[in-house]
Amino acid sequence: MVKSFGQFLLFIQSMLVRKERFAVLWKRTIDECVTIGVNSIFIVAIVSAFIGAVTCVQIAYNLINPLIPKSTIGYMVREMTILELAPTITSIVLAGKVGSSIAGGLGTMRITEQVSALEVMGINSASYLVLPRILGAIFMFPLLVILAMALSIIGGYLAGSLTGSISGQEYIEGIRTDFIPYNIFFALTKSVVFAFLVSAISAFKGYYTEGGALEVGTASTAAVNNSIIAILIADFVLAAILL
Amino acid sequence: MIEIHNIEKSFDGNPVLKGISCTFETGKCNLLLGGSGTGKSVLLQCVVGLMQPDLGSITFDGTVFSNNKVQVRQEIRRKIGMLFQGSALFDSMTVAKNVEFPLQMLTPEMSREERRDRVEFCLKRVGLENAGEKMPSEISGGMKKRVGIARAIAPNCTYLFCDEPNSGLDPLTSLKIDELIQEITYEYNITTVIITHDMNSVIEIGDHIIFLYKGLKLWDGNKDEILNAQVPELKEFIFSSSLVRAAKRIDDETHSGVVNS
Repeated sequence: MVKSFGQFLLFIQSMLVRKERFAVLWKRTIDECVTIGVNSIFIVAIVSAFIGAVTCVQIAYNLINPLIPKSTIGYMVREMTILELAPTITSIVLAGKVGSSIAGGLGTMRITEQVSALEVMGINSASYLVLPRILGAIFMFPLLVILAMALSIIGGYLAGSLTGSISGQEYIEGIRTDFIPYNIFFALTKSVVFAFLVSAISAFKGYYTEGGALEVGTASTAAVNNSIIAILIADFVLAAILL
Repeated sequence: MIEIHNIEKSFDGNPVLKGISCTFETGKCNLLLGGSGTGKSVLLQCVVGLMQPDLGSITFDGTVFSNNKVQVRQEIRRKIGMLFQGSALFDSMTVAKNVEFPLQMLTPEMSREERRDRVEFCLKRVGLENAGEKMPSEISGGMKKRVGIARAIAPNCTYLFCDEPNSGLDPLTSLKIDELIQEITYEYNITTVIITHDMNSVIEIGDHIIFLYKGLKLWDGNKDEILNAQVPELKEFIFSSSLVRAAKRIDDETHSGVVNS
């Protein structure tokens, strides 16, 4: 465990020394932003809209005290979405989609000697292959989380209205009650940390793959598992520090 | 010229290279010959810098490569072209982009037109002028090897390394790849090092042959000398090939026929 962590730190260091030219790095990062961000919009949109909808319906189901105003449902959907569901669930979904893709892609490049080909050319393969993926994730995760927040709240609105649990007016009143802008900052900070963890852990697992196709699959699975565990630990640590 | 002096390399205490010293000469096809697990690939990886030897030194045209500063190693690496066993083409790029890649990365001063011209020239040189827009998954194994060679020579490499260039190819395609490597070596006067255990390649292009056995260099010479080498391990290796055995038998029969008549 300690050895792996040490190896991970050395891996991060190797990425930052002998970086490739800015123009190359920039182009690669934009490509990765498309792969990581744009190609994940659909799954993030579906997951977040339904989570918002289900959250609204379940809160309405549990909130049976007539003394509590119905607008509380909207307030609770907003708080849960911004503080926890949008950043954490979105990052866990992305750990599955993006993390496995990064680990699988790099693992395949490793076993087919494409990484060695870069090294022989005198190119720092970690910097060329991994740094743009990490930067791409760090740029795109917060944007996807903002999208998830919006769609989750809209999902809650639609579910509440369609099921008759809460009127649209009450829901909007709820989501405008006692808004704390710092929570947005907290959520986006979490998303940046989660982006780094998912991309760096997955890249680490993929980059050091040895063997054949079976090991690439194993590396992808390990990347997703480790990323999710890292997200959950970081979630707790950040909540304890920042809230 | 590449000089290797007393290279040693072990894995978990098991020695794989046991003090190998040899020279790869410029303008010649230098063959590293040996059976599986004799240390050929490890030696090649040490020479190109993918692996660090435990002991010994590697010199490229008088400049020490092993244990030198990162900048010096980078400079030497930029003169190296390598053809990998599985070609190692980048899956996400077309054939032309694969060939252009080292130019883009290593020679940023080249304009787009210059790069395009160079790619066209290299693809034409390996006989693939019409395959530029194809993806690596759309071409045959032999064509992949040709693209690998084109990519290796694109930045005007001084040293060309080929890791089993004939593996997985039919004899005719193997011969063509061998001839192409030899032509390029002579044409550009580069130092070519080829890992092989294919006796056809040895007879065809072996200007300088180094035979490795259990991590040791047992013999070196050229293709004209190898069939008469008096090293038992090398003789066993050479004559394990049915074709070479048959050729030798015919040769012996012819000679004995001449003597009898």
